[in-house]
Amino acid sequence: MTRQDIIKPENLVYEKPRLLNENHMHYCPGCSHGVVHRIIAELIEEMGLEEKAIGVAPVGCAVFAYKYIDIDWIEAAHGRAPAIATAAKRLNPENLVFTYQGDGDLAAIGTCETIHAANRGENIAIIFINNGIYGMTGGQMAPTTLEGMKTSTTPYGRRVDLNGYPLRITDIAAQLDGTCYVTRQAVHTPAAVRKAKAAIRQAFKNSMEGRGTSFVEIVSTCSSGWKMTPEAANKWMEEHMFEKYPLGELKNTVK
Amino acid sequence: MAKVSGAVVINEERCKGCNLCVVACPTDVLALKSKEVNDRGYHFAYPANEEACIGCASCAAVCPDGCIRVYRMVEK
Repeated sequence: MTRQDIIKPENLVYEKPRLLNENHMHYCPGCSHGVVHRIIAELIEEMGLEEKAIGVAPVGCAVFAYKYIDIDWIEAAHGRAPAIATAAKRLNPENLVFTYQGDGDLAAIGTCETIHAANRGENIAIIFINNGIYGMTGGQMAPTTLEGMKTSTTPYGRRVDLNGYPLRITDIAAQLDGTCYVTRQAVHTPAAVRKAKAAIRQAFKNSMEGRGTSFVEIVSTCSSGWKMTPEAANKWMEEHMFEKYPLGELKNTVK
Repeated sequence: MAKVSGAVVINEERCKGCNLCVVACPTDVLALKSKEVNDRGYHFAYPANEEACIGCASCAAVCPDGCIRVYRMVEK
């Protein structure tokens, strides 16, 4: 059996989704954003929502999401993605509206918009990338930074007496009556990627069926901000991040 | 027993050499080029041990840049 015999269109089992275009992504090597972008593109394609999907991009590393996934995008001011998504969904209730936000965007400057959109039960899906750091601006401390974690603004590690505790905003969202589906996932192994994909599929389905706000946190790595290789960053995430941010479903009222 | 054989095709110019596919591969098919680089200066991944590939697509599942195409064939 030679390589030429195997490489035939009928044997193809996996290919990059068509919606993820040929532009080179600006993300650092090994960044979790790329995996989540790919999952979103795959899902929109599989669910046949190419013409119906509206994404709301954040300020942060994912600010250029519109360059990579060929659907309609709106670029929101820093932290305001859930507010923009509220308007988009109320005006176009038959469309899939989702926000794609990082932890600096969603859990710091956008806390108000996030909490209130979730509390109103807007029929949007919120995809929250939590890597515990401000990646784009140079690795400063974020609300989700772990205790003792070194960042460029906490060079001796985050101190609870000075900087407070890491914020588990997903747990807060799970307490709100407006949310229908709240889950925390990761994308560091093939199995985790499949679970994360299933979670985002559920969130998109909830948005289309108008069941309330779905909140999917993806615990991610920032190998540049954490100053590690992508491989070491995944390991570090498993050892440290999962302790504070345990994976699993926090709430599901759609059964 | 049916023998499963697979093959991976890597988009070398899109690859950023993050090594995640190399770690994810259960049969140690992939490796990074140690000397060659692509146009953007990354040591891209390549199927170093291609006979071992079973076409499980684990590498493609973790690839952040969607560089990997996977083929699988079952010999009867």
